[in-house]
Amino acid sequence: MSAIELSSVTVRLGGRPVVDAVDLDVGDGEWLALIGPNGAGKTTLLRAVAGLVPYEGSIVLDGRPARELRRTELARLLAVVPQEPSTPPWMTVGEYVLMGRTPHLGPLAKEGREDREAAAHAVSRLDLDGYEERRLGTLSGGEKQRAVVARALAQEARVVLLDEPTSSLDIGHQQQALELLDSLREESGLTLVAAMHDLTLAAQYADRMTLLDGGRVVVEGAPRDVLTEALVEVHYGAEVDVVPVGGRVAVVPRRSPIPRPSGYTPPRERPE
Amino acid sequence: MEATAAQEQQRAAVRARGLTPLWACAAVAFLLVAVVTGVLVGPVELGFMRVVESFAAKLHVPGAVSPLNETEEAILWEIRAPRVVLGAIVGGMLALAGATYQGVFRNPLADPYLLGVAAGAGLGATIAIAYLPEGLRGQRALPVAAFVGGVVAVSLTYAVGRSARRERDAATLVLAGVTVAAFFTAWQTFVQQRNTDTLQQVYSWILGNIPSTGWSDVRLVLPYAAVAAVVILALRRVVDVLNLGDDEAASLGLHVQRIRLALVIAATLGTAAVVAVSGLIGFVGIIVPHALRLLFGIGYRALLPLSLICGAGFLVLADVVARTAFAPAEIPLGVVTALVGAPFFALVLRSTRVGP
Repeated sequence: MSAIELSSVTVRLGGRPVVDAVDLDVGDGEWLALIGPNGAGKTTLLRAVAGLVPYEGSIVLDGRPARELRRTELARLLAVVPQEPSTPPWMTVGEYVLMGRTPHLGPLAKEGREDREAAAHAVSRLDLDGYEERRLGTLSGGEKQRAVVARALAQEARVVLLDEPTSSLDIGHQQQALELLDSLREESGLTLVAAMHDLTLAAQYADRMTLLDGGRVVVEGAPRDVLTEALVEVHYGAEVDVVPVGGRVAVVPRRSPIPRPSGYTPPRERPE
Repeated sequence: MEATAAQEQQRAAVRARGLTPLWACAAVAFLLVAVVTGVLVGPVELGFMRVVESFAAKLHVPGAVSPLNETEEAILWEIRAPRVVLGAIVGGMLALAGATYQGVFRNPLADPYLLGVAAGAGLGATIAIAYLPEGLRGQRALPVAAFVGGVVAVSLTYAVGRSARRERDAATLVLAGVTVAAFFTAWQTFVQQRNTDTLQQVYSWILGNIPSTGWSDVRLVLPYAAVAAVVILALRRVVDVLNLGDDEAASLGLHVQRIRLALVIAATLGTAAVVAVSGLIGFVGIIVPHALRLLFGIGYRALLPLSLICGAGFLVLADVVARTAFAPAEIPLGVVTALVGAPFFALVLRSTRVGP
């Protein structure tokens, strides 16, 4: 059964299609990486699935048309980890994670025992025990990222959409964060859809990859099939070597001078 | 057994800091001190115990007889008490509306007048003062005209913000508010310049004061302020979520536009009502929530109720200064709030580390 089904989804921003007739199927419990160069439409596609931008075509979540879902229903099916989440510095980790319970509460209701339990569980799953009373402003980048994921987990949604979940982390924290997401996926049967720039990291963790360019799906499949030297060159304009590593692949940039148009002078050397 | 105890402890650690009993008591104590000061201070000495006895008699406490004579009774119950109560309502409402706007628009500089309510009320009041016959003007027509002006201005802001082709986000609305406020202020200035004979009156209304007009103004304002406060306080948990930004609030399942509209309507109606009787008292809506935020580093859940209580106390005290500093002349209340408020705010800003 599919967790998410998109058929010919188009999103126009300023009249221009940023996501163009995308068909996509994400299986239950699958980890799908959305890859593609800057401006390929990854973030916009995630926003469409989250119901944050109007779209044409159809999106079906858990067998139900997303358009017919109310905001709270949508948020109970699907949590979002934005690329640059807003983390008010005065807010404590406990308060922040509790906000993940919003879709389970009416606008006038207060959090109950069950909500605090769910939040406490998310806090300890993300190894944030003892951080409950710490203010977000005092956390490091990696800790903050864990708080954000904990909030998404407290939402108790089956699907988590992540926009560049590791872009602000160093390699150690990147690895930690992705391992953690992977183990959460296994334990709780989460479905993960992550827009990712780091192709090697994406190849290590994702079951499947979808390469977007110009708003369209170019190719999808297992990482080793999608990440070929030719495809990376065409769509990223980068010369790379794709190296097999432990059953997966790594993408290594190859040193090569960028060909310049004839008659080109670097800006520094141009006469005023 | 041990595991459950640990779980229990952990669950207790995950909590939202709402209004704790300690803070609530401290805020109410501050308000009480302000109210007692407001009732006792004035040209006629009433005495604390005598006021208490008169209050007991009013409450029909068995055996209590008011020691005040008829004039003193009138001073206490027809002049000072209503003025203190009105000041509390105005101050509480302005601080609460200011905090609400700051949360809803994610803008620390937002004040209750952000969407044009002050400019609209100013125009309404100026028109009433300039064109209505003397008899109609004073008590009845002026507050109504100011209230209508304020509500019309904010409605116009919403209409302009809505017609923008971009998504109806908070920033668009704030820009629309600036536009509408500029337009109404220009119009108000025009009317005022055409009628220079009423300049003095318009000017003193704009600077703000709490009128000593008995209970009629309290009755006029209280229903609006009460409804506004109930709506805002009921939604206080959600204001923190809204403060994360439209996208995140929406992905947490919030109907952002609907809730923002409810909060803005409540804050605007409350502000328009209090401004209609008190004029444009500035600064309360910014300084009170910010001082609380800087002192305690708290979210809107606790900030909103605290703003209501402390704003009430703050304005009652400011009004005491306004009417006694140069007695029998009164200083405009807006001048006092800024003169007292600005240095205090600077002090808070200097002496604190927990930023908003």
